[in-house]
Amino acid sequence: MTAKTIQLLTPEGERIDHPEYPLGDVDIKGMYRDMVLVRRIDNEAVALQRQGELGLWPPSLGQEAAQIGSGRALSPKDMAFPSYREHGVAWCRGLDPLYLLKLYRGVNHGGWNPEEHKFHLYTIVIGDQTLHATGYAMGIKSDGIEDEAVIAYFGDGATSQGVVSEAFSWASVFNTPVVFFCQNNQFAISAPAERQSRVPIYQRASGFGFPGIRVDGNDVLACYAVTKQALRAAREGQGPTLIEAFTYRMGAHTTTDDPTRYRLASEVEAWRLRDPIDRVRAYLTRTGEADSSFFEQVDAEADAEAARVRAGCLALPDPPPLALFDHVYAGPHSILDAERADYAAYLEGFEDAGVAVGGGAEEGR
Amino acid sequence: MTTLTLSRALNEGLRRSLESDPKVMIMGEDVGKLGGVFRVTDGLQKDFGEHRVVDTPLAEAGIVGTAIGLALRGYRPVCEIQFDGFVFPATDQIVSQLAKMRYRSQGELALPIVIRIPFGGGIGAVEHHSESPEAYFAHTAGLRVVACADPADAFAMIQLAIAADDPVIFFEPKRRYWDKGDVDTSAPLSSALPLDQAKIVLPGDDVTLLSYGPLVRTCVEVAIAAREDGRSVEVIDVRSLSPLDMATITASVTRTGRCAVAHEAPVYAGLGAEIAARVTEQCFYHLEAPVVRVGGFATPYPAARSEDHYLPDLDRILHAVDRTFAF
Repeated sequence: MTAKTIQLLTPEGERIDHPEYPLGDVDIKGMYRDMVLVRRIDNEAVALQRQGELGLWPPSLGQEAAQIGSGRALSPKDMAFPSYREHGVAWCRGLDPLYLLKLYRGVNHGGWNPEEHKFHLYTIVIGDQTLHATGYAMGIKSDGIEDEAVIAYFGDGATSQGVVSEAFSWASVFNTPVVFFCQNNQFAISAPAERQSRVPIYQRASGFGFPGIRVDGNDVLACYAVTKQALRAAREGQGPTLIEAFTYRMGAHTTTDDPTRYRLASEVEAWRLRDPIDRVRAYLTRTGEADSSFFEQVDAEADAEAARVRAGCLALPDPPPLALFDHVYAGPHSILDAERADYAAYLEGFEDAGVAVGGGAEEGR
Repeated sequence: MTTLTLSRALNEGLRRSLESDPKVMIMGEDVGKLGGVFRVTDGLQKDFGEHRVVDTPLAEAGIVGTAIGLALRGYRPVCEIQFDGFVFPATDQIVSQLAKMRYRSQGELALPIVIRIPFGGGIGAVEHHSESPEAYFAHTAGLRVVACADPADAFAMIQLAIAADDPVIFFEPKRRYWDKGDVDTSAPLSSALPLDQAKIVLPGDDVTLLSYGPLVRTCVEVAIAAREDGRSVEVIDVRSLSPLDMATITASVTRTGRCAVAHEAPVYAGLGAEIAARVTEQCFYHLEAPVVRVGGFATPYPAARSEDHYLPDLDRILHAVDRTFAF
């Protein structure tokens, strides 16, 4: 960690005060619980992929502090635009993890109501969502609303995408209430962060005319405090902030990836000593804010939630075949409508047509 | 009835939409103070303000990407892409995000965004200013793709496109911006031909000639010229490229037995190919000849001094019509 990196809780669990980021009254035990549950669900999802129940899973292992800290800093009205690994933020927004599993199981492409949870769909094309977040923030400003802000999540790799620079330009010149939250987890699949930028990512903000801050991305308190302050500045009309949460992707890029091909085990071990959950546990233990019964209770909750998610995942029905034609357009589209009718007729031609066409949703699994 | 240029008709249509729905906004490069390089948005920023007619930074992906965010917030953005050849930086946002958002969200999200694109050649422009990229977008599920050809349609279609709850790629025939025509600006929008329907511009009996955008007027001239040969050409303005109004097209071809399709875009894998395939499938027993296509060549759009060879003109389209009688 460099001197400029904001840190409020050391890897050893020592609280540090920072004059610009007073922590105030925060629910540290709640943060701990969130991080443990999200890690447990994440592990369960990896296991489900290994067992063939998910097509893919991008683990959030190691990034819990960045996600829970920033996610808890959001007010209920703030809108979040995630990338595809923000399982912890989704958790903070009250989204049932089963929605994320549906996506990675291939049941649908997301399908939750983003406005209901103030959590947009996962965006897989790298960086695209930063522009959506900026436009949404332009809308908040146009509405004359002063108690809402937007947060855009993306990674170190995304900073090389043109759209991210465009989002920075737009947000700056229109002075929109948006916070750019970059989780620098050190890798874009195999490419190290040095391949994306010769300067630290947070310093890029100055070229666009707004503040950039680097925070210890494994420190949930610092991530919370810095994000909270950036969101407040956005709501108060001070425009965007870029936050670089300096963290480490402890797992693979996705379950298809083999990180042993591009990084050393010793590096991973060094980061393991900076684990986001261990340091909070050390703090809670040392200060006596929590005892072993609390930790046992959280672990039990995590196991129960993982079991619920697993059972829910296994019970997810395949969509009925004709559902693939739904929700392409708001109204009729003669070409698509004809294809739907033709395919329905084709399916009806099979002997077990009733099952194939009508019963897919209920009997497919 | 008022006589308007196509550019002015679009301007009037945009003005109506801005007046009738406070969520409608216009965004693009030079659309405000300048009124757009073709003056389609002339005077609108002065009357509706900088928050509703937004001069954006110069980045097409940014225009469409932020429009998506605004639409998610409840706005109805109308984006101007300054020239056809400049849409490609925005293609990712259009194809990967704009077109798919409703589908990905299981119908929870709508993106009622119009992307206006001046398209086609014939104005002696420098490269990247004369292209016809409509097939790329017609190939993308989730988009509606339309092209207007005359002032009356321009006035009505732009309003219908803005009112639509789906994203609409709206092609404007740039060399026809200065063409004049009668526009009934007092007629209610509900009486306008729906956005997804083709229009018989000139009835005829012997051959169906299909086109859209800038070549519709040329096709009418072809039909008039063909009368000298005793041939009655039915000219149809396809108008909607996604979806295609096959009902109107096949009704005509079933009657005439012959069909030619003209567009400026390259013939190869163009809209004409789709129309020809569908007409062949659906009108096979009524066809006296194969469906003939005429359009741009399998070359990049050429330099201006060569564009008269590249663009199908009256003679080349007439030649294509003649070929449908050679069987």
